[in-house]
Amino acid sequence: MTSLKMPSLRVMAFATVAVLGAAFAMVFFYAPNDADQGFIQKIFYVHVPIAICALIGFVVAAFHSIRHLRTGDPIHDVRSYVSIHMGVIFGTAALLTGSIWARAAWGKWWVWEEPTLVSFLIVYLLYATYYPLRYSIEDRERQARYASVFAITAGAFVPLNFMAVRLAESLVHPRVFATADGGLPPEMLLTFFVSLAGMALLFVTLMRFELSAKMTSAQVSRLRRALDSEAPAASASRIAPAVPAEQRI
Amino acid sequence: MSAVRVMLVKDLRVELRTLQSLPAMALFAVTTFVIFRFGLDRTSLEGSLAAGVLLVTVLFAALLAINRLFVAERDEGGFDAIRLAPVDPSALFVAKVLALLAYLAILEVIALPVFAAFFLDDATGLLPLAGIMLLLDLGLAATGAVISTIGANSRARDLLTPLVLLPLLIPLMIAAAGATEPLLAAGGPSYADVGQWVLTMALYDLLFVLVGYATYEFLLED
Repeated sequence: MTSLKMPSLRVMAFATVAVLGAAFAMVFFYAPNDADQGFIQKIFYVHVPIAICALIGFVVAAFHSIRHLRTGDPIHDVRSYVSIHMGVIFGTAALLTGSIWARAAWGKWWVWEEPTLVSFLIVYLLYATYYPLRYSIEDRERQARYASVFAITAGAFVPLNFMAVRLAESLVHPRVFATADGGLPPEMLLTFFVSLAGMALLFVTLMRFELSAKMTSAQVSRLRRALDSEAPAASASRIAPAVPAEQRI
Repeated sequence: MSAVRVMLVKDLRVELRTLQSLPAMALFAVTTFVIFRFGLDRTSLEGSLAAGVLLVTVLFAALLAINRLFVAERDEGGFDAIRLAPVDPSALFVAKVLALLAYLAILEVIALPVFAAFFLDDATGLLPLAGIMLLLDLGLAATGAVISTIGANSRARDLLTPLVLLPLLIPLMIAAAGATEPLLAAGGPSYADVGQWVLTMALYDLLFVLVGYATYEFLLED
């Protein structure tokens, strides 16, 4: 995510719309209906890419946090924050779409026997505590450091958690989901990968959008302070990390 | 190494003189067992129900100690003293993990026999269970020391620590429950599948001891 090589936000937004549009067109007109579940199985092309993006976002946040602790540069903390923020939003979407799918396929909104579902919920609950953690620490620098330690700990936790939950369930219950490597026909596989690419683009675009929004609002408040040092500083959010001066995304 | 010993001895001595954590933990555990006796309306437990009652009780008793772990450091300026002293900040982490381990071990020396007397018809599973408990304690202590430091330095204090710690402990509790269940099965302990759970717990302990040790100095910086 080095600054200059990335295409502009506008280009990325158009690319996201194009790829996601193509993905949805493929979902509805190209990919065949599932023999078993019929039309409802098509939520798979939305649900699974969203969940994968959320988990990758959490891991990316851990890497940014390691860099933040190593270098002390607050920009990495901002990136880590935005990654987790987007991960939690995508995670909410993944839980909702997963619940809809479970209701349609198995007749229940929630199924405890499905390890991926349960693992995802636990990871989601852990990352949901990221906000109260940031919120309850006032000193900005300390907040950034503590948030980074949390992000690294939670990043290490994600694979371990999936392992433990899988172990708890797989003894009794076979895997019921058809995952990408589960012998899908090529049309479905292709559609899935296009959807995945679209969701990944959406994730990165939204991240960059939030990053540049933070940069801009930080710059505005800096300028406002420079114009009128008497006026109270307009801080956008008490949770959001401080954005360093003179830094591009 | 000597810094670790000094801080550990200090913690244990403070606990011995004030008796702030341990009696509360033991009392909490025994009371919780009594509540479970009436809540479940059962006078004897086995298998997964026994594992659940025991582990939930130990977990919440541990939270009491974890919440109080850094109270002295926060209120009496212990964090500043560590920052000023020419010692590796990770020494504080190691000392606190060891202190928590000691508290939890003492808690279980009291709670396990009481649990067996209250609920178990057959106490032969208790000896191997002690090993499982030790692995559980190490995981609780490692994650507890890190999260308790964060909680102690935050505004929310006692609220934040359990909030962040509980989801973080879920895999450990899953593995501990998986290992405890066959040991407390009706008709004597069995050892089926205990091995994989012990491995999972050991992996969890190793991971979070390493993560805690590696990141702890950043929690003390100021």
